[in-house]
Formats: sequence, structure tokens, C-alpha cells
Amino acid sequence: MTKISYREAMRLALREAMQRDSRVFLMGEDVGRYGGTYAVSKGLLEEFGPERIRDAPLSELGFVGAGIGAALGGMRPIVEVMTINFSLLALDQIVNTAAALRHMSGGQFSVPLVIRMATGAGRQLAAQHSHSLECWYAHVPGIRALAPATVEDARGMLWPALQDPDPVIIFEHAQLYNMEAELPATISADISHARLMRQGRDVSLITYGGCLGKTLDAAAQLAEEGIDAEVIDLRVLRPLDTDTMIESVKRTHRAVVIDEGWRSGSLAAEVMARIMEGAFYELDAPVARVCSEEVPMPYAKHLEDAALPQVPKIVAAARTVCGRAQS
Amino acid sequence: MIAFKLPSLGSDMDQGKLLEWKVKPGDCVKRGDVVAIVDTSKAAVDVEIWSDGTVNELLVQPGETVPVGTVLATLFVPGETAETAVPVAPGPVTAAKPAAVPVATPATPAAAANTGAVQRRRISPAARRHAEELGVDLDAVRGTGPDSAVTLEDVELAAKAKAAPPDRALEMRRAIAAAMSRSKREIPHYYLADTIPLERATAWLAAENTERTVTERLLMAVLYLKAVALACVKYPEMNGFYRDGGFMPSAGVHVGVAISLRKGGLVAPAIHDVDRKTLAELMRDLSDLVQRARAGSLRSSEMTDPTITLTNLGDGSVESVFGVIYPPQVALVGFGRVVERAWADHGALKAMPAVTASLAADHRVSDGHRGALFMSAIRDLLQQPQQL
Repeated sequence: MTKISYREAMRLALREAMQRDSRVFLMGEDVGRYGGTYAVSKGLLEEFGPERIRDAPLSELGFVGAGIGAALGGMRPIVEVMTINFSLLALDQIVNTAAALRHMSGGQFSVPLVIRMATGAGRQLAAQHSHSLECWYAHVPGIRALAPATVEDARGMLWPALQDPDPVIIFEHAQLYNMEAELPATISADISHARLMRQGRDVSLITYGGCLGKTLDAAAQLAEEGIDAEVIDLRVLRPLDTDTMIESVKRTHRAVVIDEGWRSGSLAAEVMARIMEGAFYELDAPVARVCSEEVPMPYAKHLEDAALPQVPKIVAAARTVCGRAQS
Repeated sequence: MIAFKLPSLGSDMDQGKLLEWKVKPGDCVKRGDVVAIVDTSKAAVDVEIWSDGTVNELLVQPGETVPVGTVLATLFVPGETAETAVPVAPGPVTAAKPAAVPVATPATPAAAANTGAVQRRRISPAARRHAEELGVDLDAVRGTGPDSAVTLEDVELAAKAKAAPPDRALEMRRAIAAAMSRSKREIPHYYLADTIPLERATAWLAAENTERTVTERLLMAVLYLKAVALACVKYPEMNGFYRDGGFMPSAGVHVGVAISLRKGGLVAPAIHDVDRKTLAELMRDLSDLVQRARAGSLRSSEMTDPTITLTNLGDGSVESVFGVIYPPQVALVGFGRVVERAWADHGALKAMPAVTASLAADHRVSDGHRGALFMSAIRDLLQQPQQL
């Protein structure tokens, strides 16, 4: 079996969707002739033509709105937004329109729209291209928010997202596109559950997206120190799979949440709150979190590294909740 | 105002769980009244009040577990009212020294709350719950978690340490301590002693035993048993229970036999209906009881039914024993070692086996005169062993 990249997996998923359903089309900045900012849609224009691979003007408000209109009209649009920072220009369309229309129309209209956007830092793209604002969308009822963190999920999440009658946002961490892995024989089509990535007895490391790899590395390092860490990939940021995290904490009695978002009002905060609500009497230590420093993402490499969750920070937090903090 | 605090009901007791209030606000109570039932984790104990008064406020609810010294309720002393009452300090620490509490300038609630927050030990929620499940005393557990918090592992280790040698001897010691303390606290004992000649009993026993197989041979102890039981029939105020302020004589004579256990400690299980059994039956029952007591397989009825206790230190080296009554019984008969004594009999001096028998009896139920008659009945019965 050969390895493929996260980028290729996403492209395979796009191609499959285009082939299986003629209502599916891709629209966004530079998705056609340029092949996508992150080269995800490279070659698709040649294969499917300009009707279905549509370059959009630099107007997130406009083309996300057009996607909503197409979805209302019976199409199955996939709208690509270059980065999550740019998606703020389309917040009104996403939050006020796409997420709310089913409710506003008394159930008469649904918006079967998929929006893909790159998120996250790590490539020195500075404060307007690097933030992790997933939790803004995960806050909004009416939206399903997905964070594929593995090649398998990059391959498997798009099709079930297109089957959802309501808007789905897929957050693709920009650092993941070059990650390679073998695809399993059967691809999971689950867009409802978190996934246990590693079993352990001592502490639950709960994360998603771009931090999954760092968290798995931290778990491996902790294992060498005798701390047996469990790793959970949330995968679905809304609705959160509370059961999986609670069950994990019931096994380990300790948790660290790793989230590239800023600490205040973060997804990490929400996960911690749910653990406290559902597993307070199981807890053997305060739940800890590793988040990004509360600064606009710096451009300088050493400062960007310092601002982000990193393996040593995760290891240190896990040690602390396990009572093994080095003095 | 009186602060009614959770007393220590045993040297091992640090806290107790209030099971039930026997009083409510407004009730008048007298010193010695049982006002609450508290679970000490070993037993549910009736807790008495030590002053007369009127219940003002119940501060702890049934189901709550609180440390020893916690004020459970406040009471007005006789003549005191809500208006005239002097407040009492609430906590176990300050309550121990009420005089040190400046009544005129009580601590503000905010200050009290702050102190509480600072002093609260770090115990993880999981550890706290697990400790409750395992009955682990968290005060004795060292915390090894973040910020020295007590963790699940700490509790499990403490439970293991506690469970590892299930110290039956210690538990037994505590049970005896509790029962005997209660006895000496509640029962006004009086003591009588008498030297009983055993010439006839010894001779009769020797003759009788020549005709018996080794296993069927009788011991002097069964003669004591039967004699005490028959005396009890004649003097029923020695045989029964003192409960709820009154004596209830027992229809049956179930003699508790004090048996010392090899690993230390003592039990006094009953042989039932001793007055109606033959010596042979009693011998069988006694051997069986001693065996089972030492094997630890006594029946609960044997533990709870004794109506009088007999303690026989004849195997030991003492001449007499003055026993402590096992509550709620009202009498205990003790026999010491059988010794050969110089004895004046019908004007002649001779050597004769004799035993010192003693009676410890409850003065609430009987007086020395009746006790003396009871003892002399035992003496007479032992002079006619063939009729026992």
C-alpha cells in the first residue's frame, strides 16, 4: 500500500464527490487555474471543466453567499475559503444565513453547503493568515464543524458532509497538507464521533486538528517516562462528542486539552467544562490545557513557535496533572 | 447556650456520620438522654447529652459526616431564652475553647470564609469519593498529587495499608474497651466474695469421672455453670437485662461463658437454658462452645443472648476475680483457682480444696443482701454435686 498526502486525500475526496453527484461543484479563490492555494484542487479544472470548478473573485461575502443560494437551489456546493482569517468577511453569510435559514424558514429551507477552509499557524504567515478560530463556528447552532486531522479523515469526511442537509464547515490545518500516511482499506464515513487514537491509563490528552501530531509525539515521550497517556482526536468540533471524552476521563481520571486556539473562550475551555460537568467526581487532578499564547500570531519563527502549543508544553502539562512535575 | 459537640466514641474515632436525631428544636432534654445516633464506622452508637437543656437548633443533618468536636446542635440552658442566650462558636477548633472566643467582636462571615478556603486540604474529587467508598480516613492520607493533593492512588495505597493486616485483635480490643467502658460508666457495681469449700464436689467429680470415657469427663466448670444457673432461678434479679431505665428479668437462664482467645481478646457467648440441662449436656455444650469460639464461628444468638456471665480463671494463677458486668446484663460470677486451704470444719482443722467465688452485680437492680443470698445458694448447690 502506498502512502498519500493529506492534500492528495482531500483531492481524492473532491474528485469522488464530483463523480458521484453531478450537483456537486467547487467554488473559491484560485481553486481552478491556480489549482488551489494549497494545491488541493490541482488538475480538477481540466478534469471537470469551469462549470464545476469555479474561480471566484476576492469576495468571501459574495461567493459564500452564492454558495448558500446554490445550495438552496438544489445544488451541493463546496465552497473553499483560503484561510479562516478571511472567512470573517463571510461571517454574516455563514452565521446569519446558512446556519439560521432552517430555523428562520420554519424548516422549509435547508442549506446543504460544505465550506472548506485552511486554519492554523506554523508557516510564518503572521497575524492575518494564521489564527485558529474554529471555536467561533463551533459556537453556532445550525453548523456542523469538522476538523480532519488524519489522512483518512481528509479522505473520508467530505462525502458524508455533503450528505448533511445543513451547512458543514471543514477546517483543514495548513500544516497537515504535506503529511503522508497509508489509507486504510475501508475509510470511516463518521462525522459524529471523536476517535481514540491511543489508549492509556494515566491521562487523557484531548485535541484536534493541527495539534494531533504533536500530542501523539508527546504521548510517546510520556510513555518513556512511565506516563501512559490516552489520546483523543475530537474530529467533530460541533456537536462535540461528549461521551467519548467523559468515558476516557473515567478511565484515566486526568485530562489535558490541547487546542491551538487562544485560551480565553476556547474550545479547550468548552471541553474542560464538559469534563467538569460530566466527570467531576472522576477527576484526580484539575483539568489542564495547552493553548496558544494570547497574542496575534507573530511572524518571527522563534516567536511563532513560542506562541503555539508544542510537544514540551504538552508533556509538562501532563506531568503536572500526574503529580510528576519536576521541581 | 450549650454547644452539643460530636463526642469521640472510641479512641480511633476522628469523625462520625449522623444517622438520626432523637430530638427536635424545642425538646427538653436531661443529662444522659440519648439525643442522636451516630455511626462510628464500627457501630451505630447512641449519643447522649451531658447537660439538661432545651434544644435550640440542629446544625448537622442526618447523613452528614463531621469530625469529632463539631457542634451538632445548640441548646439553651434551663432559664435561658433566644434573647438572653450567649452565642457559641461554631467550629470544632474554636469550640474546644469557648472562652477564647471574643463574644463581643465575632468574626465576620467573610473572614471566616477566607480562613476556610485557605485551610481546606487539596483532595481530588475522585479521591474524596473513593475514600468514602473504601472507608479511608482522608486526614491520615498523605497527598502526592499536584500541589500535594490527595489523589486516587494515595487513597488506594492507604486503603491497602489499612486492609493488609485486618487487625482483628485491635478491633476486638476496641470492642471490649467500648463495652467495658460503658459498663463502668453506667453500671454501679457492687462486689461480694465468698470462699466455697469444694471437698465434696472434687470427690464426687473424681468418682464420676472414673466411669466416664476421656471425652465425656466432667470439669469443675460445669458444676459452677449449673450451680450458678440454678441460683439464678431462685434469684431472678441476677438474670436478665437492664434496659431503658428498668430491669427485665429473663425467663431462660443463658449463661455467658467468658472464653479467652488464643490471639488475645475475649468473648462470652451463651450456653442456652443451663438450668434445664444435665451436666453431661453442659460438658458437651461447653467443649463445643470453646472450640467454636476459638475457631471464630459463633452464632449471633450466642453473642446476644447471655443473661448472666460466668468467668472462670481457675486455669490461671489467681485466687479470685472481680469481673466487670457485660451490659446490658446485671451480674457476673467469677471463680478463681481451686486451692487447698486449711479449713476449720466442726471444730477440726483440715486441708480442703476451696475456691473463691465473687459476684459483681448491678446496684440498680439488686442489693448486697440479695447478692449474698444468691452467692450462698451457689455455695450450697456446690455442696451437693450429685443433685446438680
